[in-house]
Amino acid sequence: MSEHHVVPLKIYFLIFFALMIGTVLTVGAAFVDMGFMNTPVALIIALVKASLVIMFFMHVKYSHKLVGLFAVSGFFWLCIMLALTMQDYYTRGWGEAPPVEFLKEGAFF
Amino acid sequence: MSDAVKANGEPKNYLNDTYGIKSWLLTLDHKRIGIMYLITLTAFFLVGGVFAAFIRLELMTPKGDLFEAETYNKMFTMHGVVMIFFFLIPSIPAVLGNFLIPLQIGARDVAFPKLNLASYYLYALGGMFAIAAILMGGIDTGWTFYTPYSSSYSNSFVSLALVGVFINGFSSILTGVNFMVTIHKMRAPGLTWFRLPLFIWGHYATSLIQVLGTPVVAITLLLVVFERVFNIGIFDPTYGGDPVLFQHMFWFYSHPAVYIMILPGFAVISDVIACFSRKRIFGYSFVAFSSLAIAVLGFLVWGHHMFVSGQSTYASMVFSFITFFVAVPSAVKIFNWSFTLHKGSIKLDSPMLYVMGFIGLFTIGGLTGLFLSTLGTDVHLHDTYFVVAHFHYVMVGGMVMAFLCGLHFWWPKMTGRMYPEGPAKLGVMFVFAGFNLTFLPQFILGYMGMPRRYHAYPEEWQALNIMSTAGATVLGLGFGLTIAYFIWSLFKGEKAPANPFQAKGLEWDIPSPPIAHNFEAIPIVTWEAYPYGPEEAASQSTETATEPAKEDEVV
Ligand SMILES: [Cu+2]
Repeated sequence: MSEHHVVPLKIYFLIFFALMIGTVLTVGAAFVDMGFMNTPVALIIALVKASLVIMFFMHVKYSHKLVGLFAVSGFFWLCIMLALTMQDYYTRGWGEAPPVEFLKEGAFF
Repeated sequence: MSDAVKANGEPKNYLNDTYGIKSWLLTLDHKRIGIMYLITLTAFFLVGGVFAAFIRLELMTPKGDLFEAETYNKMFTMHGVVMIFFFLIPSIPAVLGNFLIPLQIGARDVAFPKLNLASYYLYALGGMFAIAAILMGGIDTGWTFYTPYSSSYSNSFVSLALVGVFINGFSSILTGVNFMVTIHKMRAPGLTWFRLPLFIWGHYATSLIQVLGTPVVAITLLLVVFERVFNIGIFDPTYGGDPVLFQHMFWFYSHPAVYIMILPGFAVISDVIACFSRKRIFGYSFVAFSSLAIAVLGFLVWGHHMFVSGQSTYASMVFSFITFFVAVPSAVKIFNWSFTLHKGSIKLDSPMLYVMGFIGLFTIGGLTGLFLSTLGTDVHLHDTYFVVAHFHYVMVGGMVMAFLCGLHFWWPKMTGRMYPEGPAKLGVMFVFAGFNLTFLPQFILGYMGMPRRYHAYPEEWQALNIMSTAGATVLGLGFGLTIAYFIWSLFKGEKAPANPFQAKGLEWDIPSPPIAHNFEAIPIVTWEAYPYGPEEAASQSTETATEPAKEDEVV
């Protein structure tokens, strides 16, 4: 079973610092209009931050590979949900039904 | 050792190990928690059954003369909510899974016994919310809680019921986590994955779905509550939301939830069919992997519930196509069980009769699902009694039959008493005949166009509806008889030997009922699963030879 891995305090503060930088970047990016890249950039920063939390704060980096596999499959299942839901919204225009209102407004890329 | 082992002259076991209501309510023993689930589940089953009886009573006559339309809406909603969330989803995993997983893998308990007890109380608390919603005036949205009706219009006690289902969801998630860790970490030495009984594989796949799917429905239902209370516009178009989004997120869980209900049923059937045909399961690894395949593929098909709700034609085609694939692993199981029967020495004890019923009824239930996943026919059959008949064939004909099958098979192990075989056989006949009489007419009614969820219908459909109500009466008698002789057997039943069916598996090598921590010594497993038949028995001979001696020592 898992040996208790002691992480030096320095690592925690380093990660915390990185997360704060991520937050500043997100806020900063919100003031720059990158056109269709607005949402992807925000999502990529968020993804990096989430991975840092999962890997270090939640100790997945120091755990058995199986724990990592379960964490990744959780994320993969989220992707299934989003992908198969979006294949409906993005293809409504292909048939007869009009596209949904919030897509017109460009809230999503 | 002898006085530690005896209590009141009887051998000590998990039932007489400690006494008093507190020793049950605060127990960490997976076996006692399983029994507590069984009692609570049965109560919910009876509540759901009463609503079913009211539905069938109303439908005996074409006019809506027994209930108002609104009251009838509440009847079928509460039947669905209680039966699905508080009976079917927990049933086999919470009762048989809890009781048997540690026994079958040679462990002394589940990985997290306190979490296991917490799961039970979350289930009970969620159930209390649902019961409160029923007592205060009920819910009328249908068990699917579709928006915008549930979020913007219904004046019934939707929020209360939704919070109940939300809480119950955590019970399901925690049970899944517990089982997964138990199966990964607590198998006896030598018990490799491919030596596990298929009961374990089925429960592992079920746990995966519970852990990956349940959070989505829990949050979705909570969002409906928020929408009702704070008007936050997730599903309401006037605030920029989309009601169809609810259907996507609801069915993302609720289609896989069908497999949460049926995979444990498959798990039971595999173990029982091997025992009563005295053969190893044909194609063991195919049956094992088909459970995992169902767990994964089951997440890719939910849109087949939305063909007529404004989903894009392209998405409908994709979902329809994948749905046909999900039939393959189920068919693998059906064929492999049939091959297991081939040239087996079959004994038709009542658990085996339930297996026979299961195979036939589940096959009908599964195949009629393909009618519904075909784009063209679904437009005709959608929201008719054809759908109602289809999912009752899967859930009652499949899942409830499997649950009863497993209860009979492991009843001697759980209670230390034999159920009476004569009444049990009569019970199977009643359940099988009553079930078919109830739901076969509904296929025809649905095909003729009778919509579900209406309390009145044209007169020409009355004969078929009366058949259905008569069938429900027979079915109810069957369930009543079964519950009655189970309770009778607790007091008057014959004392059960350790292995009344000469079954193979670690749970059968220990006394019935088992001792508090299951095993005097953790077994070392050197044989494959299901060592029935002469050549396999020989390979296990060294271990079996020592078994009777060990048991005498314990007693
Ligand atoms: Cu489905």
